[in-house]
Amino acid sequence: MKSIRWSTIVVIVALTVFPWVVTSDYYRHILIMALMWVVIGSAWNIISGYTGQVSFGHAIFYGTGAYTAGLLTIKLGISPWWGMLLGGPVALVVGLVIGWICFRLRGPYFALATIAIGEIFRLVATVWRDFTEGMQGIMIIRNIQDKIYYYYIALALAGVCIYSIHLVMRSKWGYYFVAIREDQDAAEAMGISSFRYKSLALMISSFFTGIAGAFYMNYMAFIDPHVVFSLHHISIMAILVAIIGGVGTLWGPAVGAFIMVLLQETFRSSFFGLAPRWVSEGHVLVFGLLVIFVIRYLANGIVGDWPKIQRIWSRSKELPAASAGN
Amino acid sequence: MSFFETRHLTKHFGGLTAVNDVSFQVEQGEIYGLIGPNGSGKTTVFNLITGYYPISSGTILFEGQPLNGLPTWKICKRGVGRTFQIVKPLRRMTVLENVMTSAFNRTGSLPAARDQALEVLEFCELIKRKDALSSGLSIGDRKRLEIARALATRPQLLLLDETMAGLTPQEQVEGVKLIRKVRDSGITIIIVEHIMHVIMNLCDHILCINYGQEIARGVPLEVANNQAVIEAYLGKE
Repeated sequence: MKSIRWSTIVVIVALTVFPWVVTSDYYRHILIMALMWVVIGSAWNIISGYTGQVSFGHAIFYGTGAYTAGLLTIKLGISPWWGMLLGGPVALVVGLVIGWICFRLRGPYFALATIAIGEIFRLVATVWRDFTEGMQGIMIIRNIQDKIYYYYIALALAGVCIYSIHLVMRSKWGYYFVAIREDQDAAEAMGISSFRYKSLALMISSFFTGIAGAFYMNYMAFIDPHVVFSLHHISIMAILVAIIGGVGTLWGPAVGAFIMVLLQETFRSSFFGLAPRWVSEGHVLVFGLLVIFVIRYLANGIVGDWPKIQRIWSRSKELPAASAGN
Repeated sequence: MSFFETRHLTKHFGGLTAVNDVSFQVEQGEIYGLIGPNGSGKTTVFNLITGYYPISSGTILFEGQPLNGLPTWKICKRGVGRTFQIVKPLRRMTVLENVMTSAFNRTGSLPAARDQALEVLEFCELIKRKDALSSGLSIGDRKRLEIARALATRPQLLLLDETMAGLTPQEQVEGVKLIRKVRDSGITIIIVEHIMHVIMNLCDHILCINYGQEIARGVPLEVANNQAVIEAYLGKE
């Protein structure tokens, strides 16, 4: 346990001093995106990892948060920073309504319903031009340009998100969430209203995802429906982040977020310009192979299967030593 | 007024009548046995009482208040606990965490839930397994965990669904002792069981059903010697 606490402190210190050591905007940008994905992956993990209700629709909450911030600015002329405060609560309300509809369904049927509602949101945002500007998207003028501010906002969001989940999972709610995942019928017999606690989990999850979306609006200053309501860029990515790192673990989505964002960027930039350009087309393929590998060999993700990884590591170090002894 | 009673309890599944006009009364502090051959509707009665299935017709009264139409978790809050015939451990939780989750039924605080859970585990003699993952328990310990989890919700009425099935004779003796201990702590029990010496030993009253209908009731000896019961279990000569 002590080593975990120490490595946590080391990671926090390293992330805090990072923008002072690395002044390149490019690398700061990558870290900002990774930290934003820590928030989204961790938020997905509450409803899907801990409570077992697999969502393929987290773009709904991300897009809702982003559009809340964007529309308030262009329609009402309010600072997008207010939008960042409101993105979370608005997404939470959307989550509450979607839960009320979808939690009648269990297992794969719930997952399918979230895909359908995600597509509805994307299409409405595309077609309803008077309200959302459609495919033209929303552009705002950033009043802060320096990436270092956005870096620390993203870092704070990630920290607050993980710490909140840590607290929730150590309370009655956390025990109830896991009980519902493990056996909903047994949970009901233990006095747990599965509907109420699934809704609570989804509200926490959509709240943080909405904040992440509003942050993206502020940071990138441009959104359109195909970016923020995207099934594969947001909803699926949230799932991959959690699966790679470890579903139902506190730090899994954080680890997964860094791996996925770094990997995506490595390929998008064709190994930072070192490889031929066609390599950049390959990132989806590599994601696919990575997911197959993780599901086959590390079903609980990197964090969830960490003891197993350590075992294999120490064995592979022992083997050459043993053969050298012969 | 009885502590617990069902009046004309009936359940149809499409054209099949699984429970047909079953009425019985349970007095506070007794152990009431519900027996019958396989498929006679015993577990369906439990599922009706605990709200897993909606009732087709009839009434269920607990302390004079109807339980009809309440969701399962509210029935648990009212003070009716149950175990499952096919055990349902929360697999990726330890034994202690399983029971703590139940203990949260009556408290919001983590330390209080933990203390209550430890107390219940001590009572059920499962304390030495408290840190084991529930998926790794033997069938005997899983059945004990079912009882522990139901007890941790602090019920006044406990429904036990075949908690002895699959146990060794030695484990059955210990199980009978545990159920007596639960009753002596002031909890009323309705038990569904196939193992006759367990039922005969434990119960104050027995209701025997077959094809969802009552065929006999009374004290254990009466029921055991009832011609209809013998025919239902062994067939006619």
